Amino acid sequence: MTSIFILCLKIFVGVALLALVVVLALLFDGADRIVHARMQRRVGPPLLQPVYDIVKLMGKENIVPRRASRFFFTLAPWLALVVTLMIFLYIPVGSRAVLGTEGDMILIVYLLAMGGVVMAVGGFAGGNPIANIGAGREVTLMMSYEFPLAMVISTMAWVAYRSGMPGPPFSLETFASVSVWKAVGEVGDVGLVCLFLSLVFIVPGEIGKGPMDIPEAKTEILDGLIIEYSGVNLALLKLTFALRSFAISTFVTSLFVPVSLAGLLGVGGFFVAVFDFLFFWVKVFIVQMIFVTLMRTSFGRLKIWQASQFYVMRVAGLSLTGMILLSLDIMAR
Amino acid sequence: MSTTYTIPVGPVHVGLKEPVTAWLELDGERIVSARVRPGAIHRGIEFMARERNPIQVIYLSERICGICSFSHVMCFIRAVEDLANLSVPVRAQYIRTLVLELERVHSHLLWAGVACYTIGFDSAFHLGMQLRERVMDVLELLSGNRVNYGVATFGGVRWDVTPQLDKAIREMIRYYRREFTPFREIVMEDPVAQARMRNVGVLTREDAVCYSATGPTARASGLRVDLRKSSPYEAYADIPVEPVVPQDYFDAARGDVLDRFAVRVLEVYQSLDILEKALDGLPEGPFVAEPNLNKVLVSLKKAEGTGWGIIEAPRGDDTHAVHLKGGDDNVFWWKVRAPTYANAVSWPVMFRGNELADAPLIINSIDPCISCMERMMVTGSSAGVVTKAELLKRCRQKTFDLKARGFERGVER
Repeated sequence: MTSIFILCLKIFVGVALLALVVVLALLFDGADRIVHARMQRRVGPPLLQPVYDIVKLMGKENIVPRRASRFFFTLAPWLALVVTLMIFLYIPVGSRAVLGTEGDMILIVYLLAMGGVVMAVGGFAGGNPIANIGAGREVTLMMSYEFPLAMVISTMAWVAYRSGMPGPPFSLETFASVSVWKAVGEVGDVGLVCLFLSLVFIVPGEIGKGPMDIPEAKTEILDGLIIEYSGVNLALLKLTFALRSFAISTFVTSLFVPVSLAGLLGVGGFFVAVFDFLFFWVKVFIVQMIFVTLMRTSFGRLKIWQASQFYVMRVAGLSLTGMILLSLDIMAR
Repeated sequence: MSTTYTIPVGPVHVGLKEPVTAWLELDGERIVSARVRPGAIHRGIEFMARERNPIQVIYLSERICGICSFSHVMCFIRAVEDLANLSVPVRAQYIRTLVLELERVHSHLLWAGVACYTIGFDSAFHLGMQLRERVMDVLELLSGNRVNYGVATFGGVRWDVTPQLDKAIREMIRYYRREFTPFREIVMEDPVAQARMRNVGVLTREDAVCYSATGPTARASGLRVDLRKSSPYEAYADIPVEPVVPQDYFDAARGDVLDRFAVRVLEVYQSLDILEKALDGLPEGPFVAEPNLNKVLVSLKKAEGTGWGIIEAPRGDDTHAVHLKGGDDNVFWWKVRAPTYANAVSWPVMFRGNELADAPLIINSIDPCISCMERMMVTGSSAGVVTKAELLKRCRQKTFDLKARGFERGVER
């Protein structure tokens, strides 16, 4: 009886959370566009512009190219959206995740990767040579940044395991409840900064913006991956892009910024959950501004081999440094 | 075994300002060979001139290009002045020089912004566009227009430099000396921009000579060519101009896109110096030899012969040749060779060994003006000349055929 009740509760909370997340992702996307514009001394679109875009695209004709593989071409946007939405069920908003006990960081990384792969499949299925180039670039980029990303996450888990943070090492809830910055010494903090910086560079690749806007490079391959998409499919992809930026920001927030407002203010009881829930989105907003907006305003676009080299050599080196420093810190205890 | 596939960049492409197609043979991302096909935006302006008198053609020539409109006007006017032996007051020559240099500042700023946009550096693009507003304001103050100024006329100019304009230009010069340097540093010292522009689209010194590159494209390859120095026109004889070549400022001239960027950026500073000197040396006197256009028209009607006008436009050497027939109101023939006509030949050389990602940047790097360049040529007898009525008939027939076959099969690739 209790298990059915919990299941129903989880479904209810999950649906409510996903609805909230979709709205917030679009609002954050709008805010991102405004801040991006202001940094370029422009006025920028209204806050609700992404919402208007989605609504408008929903009413547009959905064209499938004659040469496309219809099944994969239509499936890809839906699957990408679903996979990206699933991420939020495993991210602890405040302190607990909806499905926190069923999945961990490895699953989140896989879901993020799967979103990218699915979009690449959609690009390949479109039958457009330019989309093919875009999809090829997406896959190449993914292969390049997954290695440093895996290194960051496994190091974090190892730190959690060895430093005796309560909870399973790969669970995000562990990092959300106890600050990883307090779990290590000074050398370890430098290592954590290295890992954090690696993530700063990995995030643009993960969402394909700024210097890593390579699979969708507008002035080179005309939006690459999504060139053949229109109507509802394009709306879904736009939503997916907004959600991906949002998801990776929530992920970084839970991992590295476990600051609790309730803890800071010293409130207790019922308010802890409310305060932390609301404060979480504030933290995500700040993280997204730094990781997404600032990065995409500050840099031009790299070429694919330059980006690949950058990840495989520089960022991997940076995360390796972080790993070694953290290991030294923990071994020395 | 590697297979290649073909990708068109253009005719309508986000990264290109005007329609031109580059068919790229790609092996992965690498360009194996490139074939450039213009022909999408021919307007027949030279032909239109044959139904207009020389004064009307001034305003037609202004419409050849939206960016270097004044260069084309100057070229045409100098060609007509050449054949009709019209004299120009010194003050008018100085004002013409002023507008030519203002236009160069405008053109180079626009290009620098677009180059940043092509590499996805939108912030620098918007900064460049914002910097450009100032010079456009000055041009508007002078002529009332932002793009096609309508300043020049036969034997002088139509608008004088007022003290108010003098002040505005001097303020603009100060503004650019202050604000343009940060822009240059933001782009040229940015690691991403350097990675995108360094050693991309290389045109060696030898190739630049072989393929007769002109203007900043040639100078970026290390050639000291500048018509303002080698054959001074208007007030340039009084104002010394040294060609801007990268080897004078950096270690060597590589002839890549970054060098072309640097040359244009440094030429902006040079133009500011020229503007200042031209303002200081602006002589008193009339600014047009003959204000009555009817008198000018009558004298041009008597003129007979071919005249040439060659000037250094922001994009390279601009050449106009005009032939007037005595007793004929209209221009008999008129030949325009825009700088892109010479520079576009180097595209296939620049593409060699680069990547798809570089293609729009390489196309943009010569600051192409496709619609200035487009020419129609009737070759042999097989094509024939189609009259307007015949063309209309053929178009209608095609529509009927499409309808008869049904739209679905009509668009079948």
